[in-house]
Amino acid sequence: MNHIPVLIPMVLLLGSMFAVFGRRSQENYLPFLIALGAMGLSAVFSIIGMVYSVTEGPIHYHLGGWQPPMGIELILDPLAAFFCLMITLVATVVLLHGEERVRIEVGDRIPAYYSSALMLVGGLTGIVLTGDLFNLYVFLEISSLASYALLATGRKPAAVSAFRYLILGTIGASLYLLGIGFLFMEVGSLNMSELAVMIPEVPVTAGLSAAAVLIVIGIGLKMALFPLHGWLPDAYTFASSPATTLVAPIGTKVAAYVLIRVFLFLFALDFMKEGIHLTTIVGWMGAAGVIWGSVMAITQRDMKRMLAYSSVAQVGYIALGIGLANPLGLIGAVLHAFAHCFMKACLFMVQTNFLHRLGHYDISRLDHRTRVAMPWTCAALVVASLSMIGLPPTIGFFSKWYLVLGCVEEGAWIFLAVLLLSTLLNAVYFFRVLEKVYLRSDGKAYDEGDIEADQATPSCEVGARMLYPTLVLAGSLLVLGFANAWIVAHFLQPMFPVW
Amino acid sequence: MSAYETYFSTVPFLAMIVSAVAVPLIVAFGRKPNLREAVTLIAAVIKFILVLTLLPDALAGRAAEWVLFEIAEGIDFSLRADPFGVFFALIASGLWILTSCYSIGYMRGHAEKKQTRYFASFALSLSATIGIAFSANLLTFIVFYELLTLATYPLVVHSESKKAIAAGRQYLAYALSAGLLMVAGMAWVYMATGTLEFTPGGILEEGMVSASGMKFLFILFLIGVGVKSGIMPLHSWLPNAMVAPTPVSALLHAVAVVKSGAFGIVRVVGFVFGPEVMATYGLNIILAVASGATIILASLIALQQTNLKRRLAYSTVGHLSYIALGASLLTTEGFIGGMMHISTHATMKITLFFCAGAIFVHTHKSDIRELDGIGRAMPWTLGAFTIGSLGLVGLPPVNGFISKWFLVSGSIEAQMWPLVVVLLLSGLLNAAYFFPIVYRAFFREGEKRADGRSVWEGVGEASPWMVVPLTLTGAMSVFFCFFPDIPFRFFTIATRVTQDIMGGGLPL
Repeated sequence: MNHIPVLIPMVLLLGSMFAVFGRRSQENYLPFLIALGAMGLSAVFSIIGMVYSVTEGPIHYHLGGWQPPMGIELILDPLAAFFCLMITLVATVVLLHGEERVRIEVGDRIPAYYSSALMLVGGLTGIVLTGDLFNLYVFLEISSLASYALLATGRKPAAVSAFRYLILGTIGASLYLLGIGFLFMEVGSLNMSELAVMIPEVPVTAGLSAAAVLIVIGIGLKMALFPLHGWLPDAYTFASSPATTLVAPIGTKVAAYVLIRVFLFLFALDFMKEGIHLTTIVGWMGAAGVIWGSVMAITQRDMKRMLAYSSVAQVGYIALGIGLANPLGLIGAVLHAFAHCFMKACLFMVQTNFLHRLGHYDISRLDHRTRVAMPWTCAALVVASLSMIGLPPTIGFFSKWYLVLGCVEEGAWIFLAVLLLSTLLNAVYFFRVLEKVYLRSDGKAYDEGDIEADQATPSCEVGARMLYPTLVLAGSLLVLGFANAWIVAHFLQPMFPVW
Repeated sequence: MSAYETYFSTVPFLAMIVSAVAVPLIVAFGRKPNLREAVTLIAAVIKFILVLTLLPDALAGRAAEWVLFEIAEGIDFSLRADPFGVFFALIASGLWILTSCYSIGYMRGHAEKKQTRYFASFALSLSATIGIAFSANLLTFIVFYELLTLATYPLVVHSESKKAIAAGRQYLAYALSAGLLMVAGMAWVYMATGTLEFTPGGILEEGMVSASGMKFLFILFLIGVGVKSGIMPLHSWLPNAMVAPTPVSALLHAVAVVKSGAFGIVRVVGFVFGPEVMATYGLNIILAVASGATIILASLIALQQTNLKRRLAYSTVGHLSYIALGASLLTTEGFIGGMMHISTHATMKITLFFCAGAIFVHTHKSDIRELDGIGRAMPWTLGAFTIGSLGLVGLPPVNGFISKWFLVSGSIEAQMWPLVVVLLLSGLLNAAYFFPIVYRAFFREGEKRADGRSVWEGVGEASPWMVVPLTLTGAMSVFFCFFPDIPFRFFTIATRVTQDIMGGGLPL
């Protein structure tokens, strides 16, 4: 029996248990090394699993040898493997990048921080792998608890905003639990592949509809789907920068992945589409979120808060793709989840770099000297911004391309208009920052004195350990952009046999 | 897919990439201006030679093709040097050599700042332009089209003055919105036809999209490419973008960027919709009305401008629509005229901008009313200006005469009499806004200084870096009137492309 599926989350969760030991001191490097080792190992297992599942087919793993209806099943198919790889890779890079900042911002609670980080990533990979709805709930709570703890680190208000997130997150989890309770009552199983066969056969009852609605709302809260996003901007803004950089790119994306699985594999798509119009509702919520998030992002002065609102908008894209409920739209949704994971991580790193060197990330206080002082960080900002706006040849363009194709196929012209409009709004709030960083704001023409002043400005680029992770992620946006057809062909299309 | 016999070759790719490769070198040599400019010139020459090597095969109907890989489901990222692409690439890369020389004279003469950023962006813009010329399908086209927008943005905001930043914002807003509408249009075409490959005679067929849908789709594309080619009312970024240094206005805002738009219009009409669909759904009428109105309105606005560069900008807006108008006629002569105007307007307008820049750098005058008597001080510059003006009016012996001749005869062939009137009227208006400048320059006395001597006394020609290129482009404009086919076979290519488009096209 192939043990890869269980090894991926288990390495991380075990690491989490060991990382917690040790002195509470800023000089304690052991937790960091354990975390890095566990993440790296888990990434290696993900790669092995990915190769195996692509060549040999999906791995079904029965925990403890118990057969599915009773026991817990983990399923490693190409898409799940790919998602695991994305989560662990991005988390590893983020961890490397954040090490210095963690010592500054988290202080002597380093063991707890890395333990939570490992628990978060372990929980998220578990969510991706599990084939059992109740087990999914367990992993969901593991990762959520860890993210409450992580987001509570940082400035004073962080404790309050994390507490609000905790309340709302718990409500979401409870609704989800209630939903699977209904489902178990109506159908009598919690194994996903079994449910997928059984649900179309049972009569559509109020209970079944209630189950679907509760699950969608519960997950919607976790993924910050408009208008259930209220917890997100504060939680991301006030938390310490390394914590935000870790949670923001992967947390909401995995929730979105769960939503896709629920729609596509659990309930029959026809039921969700025609029966209770849930796809349409989710699509409209997404569309509203796209516009709302983008408009709110434009009004922010605080770069971190701007990025947080932009996350609301980006989750909206994914929901919009789900709402289209056709293969192209779903491919766009999943691809956008990948894309957003990489680009948002890169942007939060840029923000952390600004904080590290300039001591602030207030957009109105950035000026052209920033670029002179931190040329590479600013270059990464350009690439990530272009990807967020959706300009070719970055991955951000191609995920939007599939979404646009999906809109045209469905004849969803309003969604199409929303996509195009939001691109412009994205351009507004990112070019606002770029203009600040690259051009002079005083409106005076350049003169000799300025050149001397520029040359006199000392370079204060961040150190290699923060710079290289940022650049690697920025570069990956271009690489992924050119590789998008390969990703779609190998990992996404097999999942959507309707094509 | 293609009507051309294709063979694999990396030359189109190399021709595209060479100036992009020069960018890091230009940045690296930022503190050694001579070396930096040498890189630009070498890249320009290599690029032109590479494009030139593609010419014989393009004429023979064989297209060099370079396919990278599938970049999105069912769509390749590929460059193909078909005759029309080579035609445009030749013009852009050839004039880049002259513009580079001119840039060196201008930027140094004017002691401009941030020259490294300037030359780097310029090189990147040229890569994007050649990419546009050689794009084998719409998706590749849009990749380079957006890249061109981004690469030219730093050039527009070059001076970083309030005006420049405002112009840059406007440019981005216009160009990015246009790109988006084109993406929407592309998605629609892809869903309807299953391909995005540029095919002579078009990929859309009757009945693939409903009649009203077809009109809507065409308007999406028309806005998409129309912004860059300045079709009214989408033109207003162009006069404002004149805050950029003059070489930018010369090559990008008279040739590369705006012609990419015009090139795009011909691509869309001839290679996406095709003459048959255009005629069946009356799409050519939309294009004809838009371009005809633009020609007249832009000329009228140009009359009122007193700033030389702004007058030239409005003149550009008008002349770009000549190309669109040629495409809208859907006749052989019309297409030939439109395509020829891509090349003829390029040499004439670049001459005029070069002149304006030379005058500005050398004498710091940009207002037409200050130019009385300047012709005697700068005879070569103003002589070239006169040639360009004559050509744009459409008079022989300048090459503008040829394209205009074909456009007029194409309109007559299509029996679109209002367009004949538009073209003739536009000629008169062009004369009305260009000849006064020439008259002031040569036949009026310059202002007198306090001591009774003319302001022009002691003022000579600008630096040879500037005067030689503008004299050359002026001379080329005359030369191409008599020999449009030597040495680059512009006329033959235009004829050949027209045959390819019309071949499967209109019922005779």
